[in-house]
Amino acid sequence: MTRISLTVNGESHEAEVEPRQLLVYFLREELGLKGTNVGCDTSSCGACTVLVDGESVKSCNQLAVQADGCEVTTIEGLAQGDELHPVQQAFHEQHALQCGYCTPGFVMASVSLLAENPDPSEAEIRGALEGNLCRCTGYHNIVEAVRAAARAGA
Amino acid sequence: MSILGNRVLRTEDGRFLRGAGQYVENLPLDGALTATFVRSPFAHARIGEIDVSAAEALPNVQVLTGADVDLGLFGPPPFPGLDAAMGRPVMATDTVRFVGEIVAVVLSEGRAAGADAAELVAVDYDPLPAIVGPAESAKEEVLLFPGSGTNVAARGGAPELDPTLFDGCDVVVSGTVTSQRMAACPLEPRSAAAEVGPDGRITAWLSTQTPHQDRLVLAGTLGLDPAQIRVIGPDVGGGFGAKMVSVEEILVVWLARRTGRPVRWTETRSESMVGLNHGRAQELTFTIGSDRDGKVAAFRLEIRADVGAYPGLGAFLPNLTGLMSSGVYAFPAIEASSVAYLTNTTPIAAFRGAGRPEATQAVERAMDTLAAELELDPAELRRRNFIPKDAFPYTTASHAPYDSGDYEGALDLALRAAGYDDLRAEQARRREQGGPKQLGIGISTYVEITNGVDETEFGEVEITADGGAVLRTGSFSHGQGHETTFAMVAAEQLGLPLERITVVKGDTDAVAAGTGTYGSKSLQIGGSAARLASAEVVDRAKKLTADYLEAAESDIVLDPALGAFHPAGSPAQALTWEELASRAAADGQLAELRAVHEFKGAPTFPFGAHVAVVEVDVETAQVELLRLVAVDDAGTLINPLVAEGQVHGGVATGVSQALYETFVYDEDGTPLTGTFLGYAFPSAADLPSWEVVEMVTPTPRNPLGAKGIGESGTIGSTPAVQGAVIDALAPYGVRHVEMPVNGENVFRALQEAKA
Repeated sequence: MTRISLTVNGESHEAEVEPRQLLVYFLREELGLKGTNVGCDTSSCGACTVLVDGESVKSCNQLAVQADGCEVTTIEGLAQGDELHPVQQAFHEQHALQCGYCTPGFVMASVSLLAENPDPSEAEIRGALEGNLCRCTGYHNIVEAVRAAARAGA
Repeated sequence: MSILGNRVLRTEDGRFLRGAGQYVENLPLDGALTATFVRSPFAHARIGEIDVSAAEALPNVQVLTGADVDLGLFGPPPFPGLDAAMGRPVMATDTVRFVGEIVAVVLSEGRAAGADAAELVAVDYDPLPAIVGPAESAKEEVLLFPGSGTNVAARGGAPELDPTLFDGCDVVVSGTVTSQRMAACPLEPRSAAAEVGPDGRITAWLSTQTPHQDRLVLAGTLGLDPAQIRVIGPDVGGGFGAKMVSVEEILVVWLARRTGRPVRWTETRSESMVGLNHGRAQELTFTIGSDRDGKVAAFRLEIRADVGAYPGLGAFLPNLTGLMSSGVYAFPAIEASSVAYLTNTTPIAAFRGAGRPEATQAVERAMDTLAAELELDPAELRRRNFIPKDAFPYTTASHAPYDSGDYEGALDLALRAAGYDDLRAEQARRREQGGPKQLGIGISTYVEITNGVDETEFGEVEITADGGAVLRTGSFSHGQGHETTFAMVAAEQLGLPLERITVVKGDTDAVAAGTGTYGSKSLQIGGSAARLASAEVVDRAKKLTADYLEAAESDIVLDPALGAFHPAGSPAQALTWEELASRAAADGQLAELRAVHEFKGAPTFPFGAHVAVVEVDVETAQVELLRLVAVDDAGTLINPLVAEGQVHGGVATGVSQALYETFVYDEDGTPLTGTFLGYAFPSAADLPSWEVVEMVTPTPRNPLGAKGIGESGTIGSTPAVQGAVIDALAPYGVRHVEMPVNGENVFRALQEAKA
């Protein structure tokens, strides 16, 4: 076991983890943050996307020990109380989610995209979200939601 | 003003957006054992000794094999003609018949320990020759079930070809379309958990589309009374036809009973790619005959369906394909026949469209092939053969009882939105210039069937003491937005605001009956049941109001804007739902404000027209889909926002069959696309935005006027895209390209045309 300390959604945590434990299972099973979903085992689908030090990361593709000393933000850390983050609000208003399973990953990837590029074109949005898969929406409304969030100054 | 027809934002969104979705894997279930399945890496093999000693040497690990399982076969569904002897063992005992079949299960404390132990289970396999594809199966050199004496799981339709079918035709053309095998790929892999209560009653949480039906299957397989089982479908991350109870869920429940501890299982994606039923996998040979003007006289469809290793729904679906073989056309004579073949591959069942995409792909390719032969514009050939709008109700020569439609109207809308004439002019310009990037335009006009087997759905509406309402529906949502749409249906009838209505679904203890959601039938039967139960509650409320106000029942009206009842012309006497419910509760009469309706629905026939525009680089064989215009008419729309979402997702899947996805086995039956790395699931970067055009032709077959919308986009889009790519390559002598029409298949078609 290895000792790590990290900040998750603004709270500090210290934990003993198995060196082979993936960050996503650390978040889900050790911290009980079950909003981050697992959709594949080949780092293809992006359902597990979180922010590590502000950058979007597939948390199934990083070990918990690699997050030692980092600041992690998960979907649970995005809203301010009752107020949704502008990207969450845009996903709601544009009907950019159906079954909701890919949604946390898409929202986190979109937050990361807009931090880097506040006014992306459709092609830039589609390119930036290439690492996230959705079977329900056909992506149309997800792209609309990211544009709407950009307009809202997310 | 009615809430129906408004773009109401979904009320269920909040929990998903906040990461609080209640998926099965998120259930706490303290003290649960984790089940990890050991699956066959061979497509066809005899099982020899299974050595579990190394696995069980790990702490707290137990391994069970097929010899330990005291359950009967997970038989084929009760469709006529299926051989019960081809039933599937819940766990393989002597023979495995596809890669992914379960041979053992590990019980452990947690996921990682289970994965470690599963790797240590040593299974002796004696490989047998494997059958891949209908052609190999038909040779019957190897039989999957030697005792049955055949690899044919089912036959359907015309037993013999009519040699005179095309007599008198001026032109007869034929061809073959392969509707390739696809993986359903719901983003949430399957997950199941089960717990036996102190009273011996079982609770099973399943990632499923069909909680009530699953309870019956579980009870039947486990030899239990259904009343001993409670099935809960919590939030489910997509299903697409594939998520209904299968052997894994049966084993999880069986293990919970056997061990006396809660048991849970969540499949990995790579496990899901071979363990979850696949879809499509039909080869369809069409022959079409017409006069010189393109008026079709006869159509023949011969279907060779690959049903995988065990016959299930996939052995029945070719019948649906045959039923829908006429498409939107008034063909005077149709001969459809099918043979369902066993192969050493993952079983075939429903996947978004389920039997109807195959029919549309065949008839639309036939029409394009005939148009090319006659040198007619494909839109014009379709116009000459449409069932006219004044012909409904109309029964096709393939015996499908169409309800309502305007097929030419849909095509007109789609062509206008696409700018068809301008597109043809641009295509001519590019052909003239002769550059590498050629334009292709594809048209698909389609009709499909929803609620195809006249199912019944349950609805119950109950007014609560505080004047709100609870709607219990036997329908189920695994992403379709029932909590909003079904509440809208009840709200409109009851005159209550949306937020006063709670939709309850997916719990067999909370909802008395149900069939679940598949085949795009939710709204038309579940929604109709909700509407009629709501209407009955309103009638009951009028009666109660009349009692309280000492007025005549026939005088009482509901003011839907206020949610209040009063005698006509005397609004001052109004009783609101809140007042009525509170008085009824005080009088012990609240139960009067409750009604159940089981709505038996007839099939409805959504239709539409899609136009695809592609750019094909004839040097690199790369295809880019530039535009897809979709007109999908599903009758009356309750929530256009949700309906459009269904179209978007449906179109993406149909386009993806045309351009990207194919589940491939090598000749030994080993999957070559068994992970998300190998399987071409498209991302946002691979697809354009969709151009959706609304069209509404209500059906007379239910009180909502609604048809199904979940699969239309999938059914309509595939042939448009396939046709567009072939259209782009027509000047190069290409007459057909197999799907996916991209890269390798395009390159081969160009090479063959050159040769």
